Amino acid sequence: MTSHPSPTLISQYASGGAGVDDTAIWAVEAHLETCAACRAVLTDAVDPGTRDLLSRVADGIATGIATGPGPVRRHRLLRTGVAARVLPWLVTATGLMLAAALFEWTFNSLPSLVLLIAPVAPLLPVAAVWSRRLDPAWELTATMPRTGLPLLMRRTLGVLSAVIPVLAVAGWATGHSPGLWLLPALGFTAGALALGAVVGVDRAALALTVAWSAGVVVPSLADGRLPAVLSGGSLPGWALATVALTAVVLVRAWRRPHEPHQNLLHR
Amino acid sequence: MMRTVSVAETAPSTYAWAVHAEKLQVRAGRHLAVNELDLRLGTGVHGLLGPNGAGKTTLMRALATVVKPAGGRLTVLGGEVTGNADLRRVRRGLGYLPQHFGFYPRFTVREFVEYIAWLKEMPKAVIPGAVQRAVERVGLADRADSRMKTLSGGMLRRAGIAQAIVNDPAVLLLDEPTVGLDPEQRLDFRELLREIGLDSCVLVSTHLVEDVAVACSDVVLISEGRLVWQGTTGQLTEQGGAGDAGDSATERGYSSLLRAYRERVSA
Repeated sequence: MTSHPSPTLISQYASGGAGVDDTAIWAVEAHLETCAACRAVLTDAVDPGTRDLLSRVADGIATGIATGPGPVRRHRLLRTGVAARVLPWLVTATGLMLAAALFEWTFNSLPSLVLLIAPVAPLLPVAAVWSRRLDPAWELTATMPRTGLPLLMRRTLGVLSAVIPVLAVAGWATGHSPGLWLLPALGFTAGALALGAVVGVDRAALALTVAWSAGVVVPSLADGRLPAVLSGGSLPGWALATVALTAVVLVRAWRRPHEPHQNLLHR
Repeated sequence: MMRTVSVAETAPSTYAWAVHAEKLQVRAGRHLAVNELDLRLGTGVHGLLGPNGAGKTTLMRALATVVKPAGGRLTVLGGEVTGNADLRRVRRGLGYLPQHFGFYPRFTVREFVEYIAWLKEMPKAVIPGAVQRAVERVGLADRADSRMKTLSGGMLRRAGIAQAIVNDPAVLLLDEPTVGLDPEQRLDFRELLREIGLDSCVLVSTHLVEDVAVACSDVVLISEGRLVWQGTTGQLTEQGGAGDAGDSATERGYSSLLRAYRERVSA
């Protein structure tokens, strides 16, 4: 429709529409929403009392907006979830790594503690972000659409971004090749997630830590030298294992993205 | 701001009952806490009554998809919850307040409800508005930016209700929601329940028979994991005789039904 309503019709609309049928009023109203020129005509047509009231309301709202509180700032970092409860475990892992570095720096004769501990350092906080005991809101988390492996991987990334810098400092201070502390740490984390899909992340992390300590840490401390798995020659092996385990986790996350994770279920 | 209504929201529902259980069995640990329960719930506020250990919380957990049923059939919002089905669609329509409401103490109320809204996969654009509305509906607007650890027990309960209703759930499950609320807040809460119950299915588990009498339109009575009785609140008051224990008609009805059931079982 291109024709504009007559000024008479608009002034009738402004005064309440007495004597005009409803359909005409609706048509005027629909037209006014899209036509600035006719709205200007309408402004002149309303009686001064109404115009007064409208400007008072507009002023009130404008001052309210100007003096009221501003919009709430969004905190995006919190999306990593349970930051509050994981902090002590992150601090423990950090402390452990720094102590190992200090120990290694002081006692040259012992095998490198940093390399021995680095693989299992992220496991403690990773288990903490997905545990019924440590996540106070686990029962809620378990009922959410966005639960399962993708959420666990998101939280794991949060943990890694906090642990890896510490590992880097410890590794740099003791002068080891980055591959020897980074790849085992990533490999064990991916392993915990892959195994965790079957037995639960906390159990998987515990099992891996115990196995690594009993199988590698204790014998090498007894022998007084580093095992072959932590020498430069084993780097391709670590790289392969890390890639393979990460692939297992990713494929699982992609195929069953929202399967409620074992660990959060009531067993 | 105007919200676009999606096709999914206006589509007619394809299920007869929001919650439909047939011969449902659910375990709590090794104990079969819900045993061969048949239940159908439609729109309205349903009160779930029963003595201690009747299986109320276990039933709530099964409906909230925290626990997988051990046997029988359970459909929530037309989606099968029993098998390995994708629970995402069902979970988007759920609101759940667990009996032990776990929260992150350092989060503010707004941050917590926002985080839950994000976990519920609500569109980013609607989250701030929905959070504000939920917080206002439970009367916590003035404490929205206080940390959860500074809240009193009743306020925490209300924060729990806010996170449950933030996504306007089609099925709202509240486990002991009135614990810690003072009489005035209980009145507001009943009003809120009635409002939500107009177009969604609300199941309230409670010990307080008086709450059921005023706030609920229907009553579900269970004992030892089985359905004892289901009917309207009016019908419940008619069940009690002068000789039954209780101070109100509803309480007398409750004890009369329970006594009759126990006699039936022991006979």
